[in-house]
Amino acid sequence: MAAQTLFDKIWETHVVRAEPDGTTLLYIDRQLVHEVTSPQAFEGLKLSGRRPRRPGATLAVPDHNVPTTDRTLGIADPLSAKQIQTLEENCRDFGITLFGMNDIRQGVVHVIGPEQGFTLPGTTIVCGDSHTSTHGAFGALAFGIGTSEVEHVLATQCLVQKRPKTMEIRVDGVLSSLCSAKDVILAIIGKIGTAGGTGYVIEYTGSAIRALSMEGRMTLCNMSIEGGARAGMVAPDENTIAYVKGRPLAPKGELFEQAVQDWRQLKTDANATYDTTVTMRAEDIAPQVSWGTSPGMVTGIDQRVPDPRTIFDENQRQATARALEYMGLIPNMPMTDIAIDKVFIGSCTNARIEDLRLAASLAKGKHVAKTVHAMVVPGSGLVKQQAEQEGLDRLFKEAGFEWREAGCSMCLAMNADVLQPGERCASTSNRNFEGRQGAGGRTHLVSPAMAVAAAVEGHFVDIRTWK
Amino acid sequence: MQAFTTLTGLVAPLDRVNVDTDQIIPKQFLKTIKRTGLREGLFYDWRKQKNGSQDPEFFLNQPRFQGATILLTRDNFGCGSSREHAPWALLDQGFRCIIASSFADIFYNNCFQNGMLPIVLKADEVLAMMQDVLATPGYQLTVDLGNQTVTAPDGACSRFEIDPFRKDCLYRGLDAIGLTLQHETTIASYEARRKTEAPWLFTDLR
Repeated sequence: MAAQTLFDKIWETHVVRAEPDGTTLLYIDRQLVHEVTSPQAFEGLKLSGRRPRRPGATLAVPDHNVPTTDRTLGIADPLSAKQIQTLEENCRDFGITLFGMNDIRQGVVHVIGPEQGFTLPGTTIVCGDSHTSTHGAFGALAFGIGTSEVEHVLATQCLVQKRPKTMEIRVDGVLSSLCSAKDVILAIIGKIGTAGGTGYVIEYTGSAIRALSMEGRMTLCNMSIEGGARAGMVAPDENTIAYVKGRPLAPKGELFEQAVQDWRQLKTDANATYDTTVTMRAEDIAPQVSWGTSPGMVTGIDQRVPDPRTIFDENQRQATARALEYMGLIPNMPMTDIAIDKVFIGSCTNARIEDLRLAASLAKGKHVAKTVHAMVVPGSGLVKQQAEQEGLDRLFKEAGFEWREAGCSMCLAMNADVLQPGERCASTSNRNFEGRQGAGGRTHLVSPAMAVAAAVEGHFVDIRTWK
Repeated sequence: MQAFTTLTGLVAPLDRVNVDTDQIIPKQFLKTIKRTGLREGLFYDWRKQKNGSQDPEFFLNQPRFQGATILLTRDNFGCGSSREHAPWALLDQGFRCIIASSFADIFYNNCFQNGMLPIVLKADEVLAMMQDVLATPGYQLTVDLGNQTVTAPDGACSRFEIDPFRKDCLYRGLDAIGLTLQHETTIASYEARRKTEAPWLFTDLR
């Protein structure tokens, strides 16, 4: 048999049927559902009289609209409340498991999938959410879909797909101290651009990737979509198997052992080729800060804000000038001179326990600057509980951070957590689009470590030399 | 789904690259549980000036582009969030065809699910059309899905590529789920085989 990539292996075990032109009916093992992109899918099922093919292959959770403050008070916004109520009704009507707003297991959909062991190596996973790429950290083929396709998967457990191309992104070497998976993925997007991965599935390889924890790999794969790729993946290894073992929804006993035998085969063969390969050195990656209104508009903390006058390409020059105007930044100013108003530590990119442990350890004994409002939103109820057992909440609160309930929160500001016009935020989330965190709000994407340092100092600092 | 065969319509220009779905329809409009009525949120922030009033310069606010059915734009249109509300909002505004030099993958897929045709043309063709649209009041294009062509008022004809399966579904207005369900026995036999190969994938919830 011809040498295969990790992607090839997963794709081929999921082909239900392939047409001569390559159009493929692909089997979907798992679907995650949240309140924003599902109501119209369930409505479609009702209108056509269809039922979910395998309701037990779908897990639902409200995350985008949920309040991160005291939930016993209910949801103030009637539209948000209605959307969450609709999800509850649909899950009841169609027999789908739901972790409701007051369930300790509730959280951001891409945090709870792995946490529960719902996310497994070698599977196909979809969700009506572009950050479904997160689950690729386990060596799964996981990608975001639209609402019509959510309905399609509910009704058929399949999707019609054309085989994507494969891109290897190889990062070798050792990251410098306090540089993280977030800095790696921001640097990658800075290099390939926000459309560089369009049409591709990325496999991240190399010693620097191998050295990342499972949570780091989730951060990495999470932002594949910001580089244009619907899916990114890391081949499973012993870390992956150890992470999955014992999780509530993971296979148990003999079934687990059988699964592990299969998962150990999930790696790219030595002679397999990718359609394209990009290489980077970990040592070259400085802590990253985005300066513009697209995730590709990013640079190292030791650099300066770009000057549009020095950009040759007309499109890029215009886009840069427009972004700097929106962001209220002056060309050539050092990145460390950018002062901030808000800090958001959270989101499906960076709200897992390791993120919070690192952030809390850096916040310990320090205090948020007087000019800054900072909040920490754990990725799930269980992450929050774990953090509280470890006393991380106390460290955050003593340092002047607000400690909130789990949800998507200010990553996209669908709930009450919103930037005011002109406010500038250091955010551990994934998108810095205009108005993403609130109309007129200005977002700088950073790692959790960089966010803590910025909160304390009131402006960005180089975490490598901060004390 | 509404079939798409040919369309002759007024063209509206959005001369920007990397237009993300957060701009096409901001988050506050995603709280709906319906597919319709989303035009209110289309390019909501870009339609307004800093003081909150409507920006007369923005293309959707210009009288000359009212009633446009074809949107002409640039690279990487529809990047970011997977929200299908983006094509729903464009459709609700009257756009059935979007011509760009490239699209983000998820948005491109989502168009086909809604009887909309996304067309990729070469960057220089898009640029030339953009100039013509701005210079020519009432500028119309004719899109012919069967022949895979876009024809300008002067008769200049550009050919576009499209996946044959997608073309057929759109041209005939086929129900995608209905098509897949025709393969029900194939899906069932796949599941039966996989249950023996990978039984851990079939320990369903509940």
